[in-house]
Amino acid sequence: MSKRRGRWLGLYSWLLLAYLLVPIVGMVFFSFNDVLAGRPQITFQWNGATLRWYRELTQVVGLPESFWLSIRLAVVSTVIATAVGTLLALALVRYEGKKFRGRSVVDQTLFMNIAAPEIVMGASLLGMFASLHFSRGFTTLLLSHAVFSIAYVTVTVRARLQGFDRHLEEASGDLGATPLTTFRLVTLPMIMPGVLAGAMMAFALSLDDFVVSNFVSGTTLPFPVWVYGATRMGVPPQVFVFGTIIFLLGLAGALASLAMSRRNLTTN
Amino acid sequence: MSESRGRSRRIGRLAPYLLGLPAIVWLAVFFLVPLGMMLVKALQECNPATGSCVMTWHWSSLSDAWSNSSTIIIRSLTYALAATVIDLVLSFPIAYWIAFYAGRRRNFFLIMLLVPFFVSFVIRTVIWKFLLSSDGLVVHTLQALHLVSSDYQILGTTGAVIAGLAYNFLPFTALPLYVSLERLSPALLEASHDLYAGRITTFRKVVLPLCVPGIFAAFLLTFIPAFGDYVNQQVLGGFSNTMVGTVIQNYFLVYNDFSTGSALSVIVMGISLVGILVYGRLLGSKSIGDFV
Repeated sequence: MSKRRGRWLGLYSWLLLAYLLVPIVGMVFFSFNDVLAGRPQITFQWNGATLRWYRELTQVVGLPESFWLSIRLAVVSTVIATAVGTLLALALVRYEGKKFRGRSVVDQTLFMNIAAPEIVMGASLLGMFASLHFSRGFTTLLLSHAVFSIAYVTVTVRARLQGFDRHLEEASGDLGATPLTTFRLVTLPMIMPGVLAGAMMAFALSLDDFVVSNFVSGTTLPFPVWVYGATRMGVPPQVFVFGTIIFLLGLAGALASLAMSRRNLTTN
Repeated sequence: MSESRGRSRRIGRLAPYLLGLPAIVWLAVFFLVPLGMMLVKALQECNPATGSCVMTWHWSSLSDAWSNSSTIIIRSLTYALAATVIDLVLSFPIAYWIAFYAGRRRNFFLIMLLVPFFVSFVIRTVIWKFLLSSDGLVVHTLQALHLVSSDYQILGTTGAVIAGLAYNFLPFTALPLYVSLERLSPALLEASHDLYAGRITTFRKVVLPLCVPGIFAAFLLTFIPAFGDYVNQQVLGGFSNTMVGTVIQNYFLVYNDFSTGSALSVIVMGISLVGILVYGRLLGSKSIGDFV
């Protein structure tokens, strides 16, 4: 009986997943769609297959630049957020009560940061940068992307840190290792899966962010902001090609982490 | 020797603060301070032409913003609520299935659930715009099946906006639900069965109550972003279903009226904070970390 229920649930789940995949299939498929006349822009009328947009990938003014900007932004903000977020996670897991006063305030702030509407974060950052006469560009984007990534990295790493065996660190100390050596050779390798998961999260959040970026970007447009601006005049087909590239990158990263966690399971 | 031990003990005492310092400073300067400045700005009176502001403790700007935009705010809340309820209903079965039936392939299905995130949010919404347009796949299919008339429209309607919100935020609902279901021990379900509870009773009396934190987290993580979203409304909606995010964006980026925009943002943040604080009170702010 339970097996039959599982089958119905399974069928439903596959259908739901298929529904989630509809726009992605559409994007990949129509990145090969030809344009017959006029200014090249995406249509969902099938005009025959072509590799033209892959060949002419860099021919749209501003688009390749925005793509590279997004990649650079995601890399740098991920490095920053992963480093400081991991340290904060260590502090939150290791020190409780009187050892870490203000811990609950930090907890509350992280929680608020994750749950706050993006539009409010973007608007308030713009307000601050504007009143400090801070010109908008890569720096403001970087500062803002790091702030919404830090909280995600912290909670992700903290979740993995909770089952951590502290005796290993004590053993390392007893064997004469300095705290720094212990961190490098014992702690870091053990929390690495959590740190990587947090970093992937931060990377994806930054690469995909539209709302906050739209407020703090000025004339330096990251990929999603560029695409959004293009929707008013017609989206060039190359957008789908870049979208497909990002999709494949993300999928590769996710599958690699899946394979890694499988291997970890088998070696343990 | 004793001196160096004293020093290391002092460092040991400072350790949590030193470790946390960079992140705490970053969060304070680029999250809390801007929010505070926004509240201040809302209470100031600004000259839109010059952009200069004077502090006038203009508390009425908040009530003005509310009375000018209450219809839009309530509309946004309604759309967000509709999308969240749809997402809860749609994603509970899949979360249940992955938790109890997917076995070793759990991680694979979780990644499948996250796959939409690998495609830019804006691109996903643009594609829905094409699929739902009057000469798009969905309307054409419905017309070919003679289910709808030839002048039937989806794009621009409230339904399209809610569907877009529900589509885009579904993984935010499904993952917290999965996490809370996965923690349920199957032994509990068996025990309930052994005690002659039917499937529905087990679900109602065992599964649901134990999932309350997960359902609440899923609700918050879907409802708040949907409430503040304006991309779905701008791409899929029309003039009659403006959401509060659009209005805030226009005040900041089009009319350059930061004061009114800030007042409205303060209200949106306030409404969201109610949900956040209630959650924190009932379930502890740390527990949200378990669900993201």
